[in-house]
Amino acid sequence: MTDASVMEHEDEAGFGDYVALLKPRVMSLVVFTALVGLLVAPAGVHPVIGLAATLFIAVGAGASGALNMWYDADIDAMMRRTRNRPVPAGKVSPKEAFAIGITLSVMAVIMLALTTNMVAAALLAFTIFFYAVIYTMWLKRWTPQNIVIGGAAGAFPPMIGWAAATGDISIESILMFALIFIWTPPHFWALALFMKEDYSKAGVPMLTVTHGHATTRRHVLAYTLLLVPVSLGLGLTGIGGPVYLAVAAVLNLWFVKSALDIFRRDEAAAEADGWRAEKAFFRLSLYYLFLHFSALLVEAALRSFDMGGW
Amino acid sequence: MPIAREHELHHRRLGRNVGLAVSLGAFVLVVLAVSMVKMRTEIELLTGAGDRAPAVAEQDR
Repeated sequence: MTDASVMEHEDEAGFGDYVALLKPRVMSLVVFTALVGLLVAPAGVHPVIGLAATLFIAVGAGASGALNMWYDADIDAMMRRTRNRPVPAGKVSPKEAFAIGITLSVMAVIMLALTTNMVAAALLAFTIFFYAVIYTMWLKRWTPQNIVIGGAAGAFPPMIGWAAATGDISIESILMFALIFIWTPPHFWALALFMKEDYSKAGVPMLTVTHGHATTRRHVLAYTLLLVPVSLGLGLTGIGGPVYLAVAAVLNLWFVKSALDIFRRDEAAAEADGWRAEKAFFRLSLYYLFLHFSALLVEAALRSFDMGGW
Repeated sequence: MPIAREHELHHRRLGRNVGLAVSLGAFVLVVLAVSMVKMRTEIELLTGAGDRAPAVAEQDR
């Protein structure tokens, strides 16, 4: 290899670039919620099957992330937060990202079907389609409600986990879906309030850009209030119990108070203290979801000792 | 022209190849483990062995 040919390959991808293509941070949330969905389900699953199912759900989610990076390379190149992603950085070619996304999607769905059942596999296939086609190709560049409807893609994993264990869809799995679905908009809008992303330059109609920050603040409060009955309702189902309900009550009170803090202030006040309330709300939103699902796990653990539950 | 010295690119390629080999190896192990669990469950169902035996015996009575 000559020096000249080495320079041609200077931007060649390392293994880490291919891992980055699968959005590992999103995958970690998918793994956690899918695992909770699987573990709290009334039907017992062999640990090996459960582990494999979670792995294939994670690979499916990663594959949809690769397809998203393939399609959104033009947008990603324009924004500070995303311009170092493997495709816009020139490490992985768009064709390669597309091939990896499609291959891993097909593999993950088939393997989940073989490992568990068709219901779980169909839900995973729909999730990948929803994220890659409905959200990435259609909603994201078209409507400021992109986050609201697109959030469904991130909400499916616990439902897939539940289906992997039971082969079915039930009120419990629908409410776990609803919890993440309604949680997603305020979580991302809080981020959009304090992140100085150039969404307008990239042609992404974020609510903060199309309708302004005051409307976004109202929307954050509205969705936070909508979240309360879903969160508490889940506690009254077969997978809830006193521990979950106590955790949910405290978290919802805190979350609504934090959303009210955001709603009551204007841009001048936010700018003056460096978006403290918005950042606090965003941080709290992460704990909110994590602790809800952890409380469901605790209830499941207690039930196995004939404690917990209703 | 023979490669006279190692370039950073060679390390990156090695990392990529090792990463791919480990991923494929892990995939094979997962398929193997799942197959073994599935086969054991099937055999237990067919022969009434393992934990299911008392329940099957109860039904037979």
